[in-house]
Amino acid sequence: MAEPLFTPEEQKKFDAEIAEILSHYPADRKSAAMLPALRLMQDLKGWLPPEGLKLVASRLGVTPERAYEVASFYVMYHLKKPGKYTVDVCTNLSCALWGAEKMLAYLEQKLGLKAGEANERFFLRETECLASCGTAPCLQINEEHHESLTKAKVDAIFDKLP
Amino acid sequence: MATTAFEPLISSAWGKPNSWTLDEYRKRGGYKGLEKALELTPAQIIDEVKKSNLRGRGGAGFPTGLKWSFVPKDSPKPKYLAVNGDESEPGTFKDRYILENDPHMMLEGIAIASYALGVHTCYVYLRGEFKFQAERANAAIREAYAAGIFGKKVLGKDYQLDCYVVRGAGAYICGEETALLESLEGKKGWPRLKPPFPAVVGLFGCPTVVNNVETLASVPHVFTRGASWYAGLGTDKSGGTRLVCLSGTVNRPGVYEVSLETTFNQLIFDDKYGRGLPAGRKVKAVIPGGSSAPILSPDELDIAMEFEAVKVKQTMAGSGGVIVMDDTTCMVRSLWRVARFYAEESCGQCTPCREGTPWQTRLLRKIEEGRGEPGDVEILSNVASSIAPYPPIGLGNTICALGDAAALPTHSFLMRFRDEFEAHIREHRCPFGDKPWGAFGDWS
Repeated sequence: MAEPLFTPEEQKKFDAEIAEILSHYPADRKSAAMLPALRLMQDLKGWLPPEGLKLVASRLGVTPERAYEVASFYVMYHLKKPGKYTVDVCTNLSCALWGAEKMLAYLEQKLGLKAGEANERFFLRETECLASCGTAPCLQINEEHHESLTKAKVDAIFDKLP
Repeated sequence: MATTAFEPLISSAWGKPNSWTLDEYRKRGGYKGLEKALELTPAQIIDEVKKSNLRGRGGAGFPTGLKWSFVPKDSPKPKYLAVNGDESEPGTFKDRYILENDPHMMLEGIAIASYALGVHTCYVYLRGEFKFQAERANAAIREAYAAGIFGKKVLGKDYQLDCYVVRGAGAYICGEETALLESLEGKKGWPRLKPPFPAVVGLFGCPTVVNNVETLASVPHVFTRGASWYAGLGTDKSGGTRLVCLSGTVNRPGVYEVSLETTFNQLIFDDKYGRGLPAGRKVKAVIPGGSSAPILSPDELDIAMEFEAVKVKQTMAGSGGVIVMDDTTCMVRSLWRVARFYAEESCGQCTPCREGTPWQTRLLRKIEEGRGEPGDVEILSNVASSIAPYPPIGLGNTICALGDAAALPTHSFLMRFRDEFEAHIREHRCPFGDKPWGAFGDWS
């Protein structure tokens, strides 16, 4: 038998939070809660497993296909189980002018991954603008933001990761 | 001409201890503007905003009071306010500072706007990556509820207002106002055809105003100090101050609040702002208003960073994102970086944009890597033209302006730096070698 999606505590948390989220929308517009509901599921499970998408869809009164359509449109939802850390490196113009391309090359070497590749621990990817153009270069690890990066800072951040 | 002496309005408390709390905001006179506005009728509030010459700070620069006046007053449907905090365009990073340092200023603007428009529910839509900023905004909203600013009776008046933060999930297109509404409705962010405009058919099919974070943060000042005072800070057609985001090759990048009469040269070189370029470097080109804005050359920087002045140069002040490129910068590589962004962020709804943006990116990469062939520049120009011809600005072949935004940089880089593109093809390499931009710090 498949493992249940949630532990009883997680289920309780999910139920309470989904009720709170739904209260922000008109009663006949439950489907509008899709983005926050998907985020809640991902926060609890670390990604969006098919059963999780089905559960969100059922609570919002839409088909699982509709939940999948939305989840697959946005880059921050994980439809596959990610490594422990998703590392997003901005290489757009303002960051590139401050050495982001070299920083990415350094990280590729340090992590032993090419941009776009993953291992069990890291998923390294190039991303588009993290709104740190004035404090470039920058990167994000999961939802943690780091800016004005130097080699020493990058080393310190990665060496400290549990 | 400004008739009132410049003073920072939006950024006055940034960097001060606990500037984001309600207590500190109140000590600075916070929510006095809301108190004054609540003594007026909604129509009077809209008139004041019109008189203030406040223009939208999200990019298009549309007059805010006029936008508010488009909402039908007699509609039986509920009305909504959606705050656009999805800022994700390369070069633009100002709204996060408001959310981090002074979220109540935006909330006060929200309350004034909502009251004027008859809105009872406001959604603050922030880009997904703004986790910290969303926490700050949520904390401020909780304080506002506890203080009776939001909730069943706004400052004791018989008027109810609820306000919620919604985080996106990583899609630049959701900063486009109709895509933002689709996303708020729980869908993928596909822009809608306009008309109908959101003021009439917006969120859930109801009248909706979409305003940028900075626009709403500007609103309280119109009421605390008066519309004519606010208008006097700016130019004839544009009131107040504005935040500009300075990035790229300057000694001191950052967000600066400036008078609308400040020129690009002042922003880049003045001690108060950018403090010039690193020793030995010269300005090669400047993007004046976010990555989509056509570039200016060094001899065009003596104009004010104001909507009308910038329009004369056939470009735009947009969202205030000024990116400086110095003389070590490869323009092909720069355009490739910008083009990649639009290809990544195209929603895929319209064929010219869906197919054209990756095509531009592939061609630029090919040219940058020395694999370009004679004729590639013409193909690139044709691809850009089929997404959006140039000129004019704003009449592209796609539902929303992302197509225009993707094509404009290509047209403008090719117009001004065609030689550099040709040189890449002729020499089968990037003339800048492996140093397409002189990096800073230890990344050089």
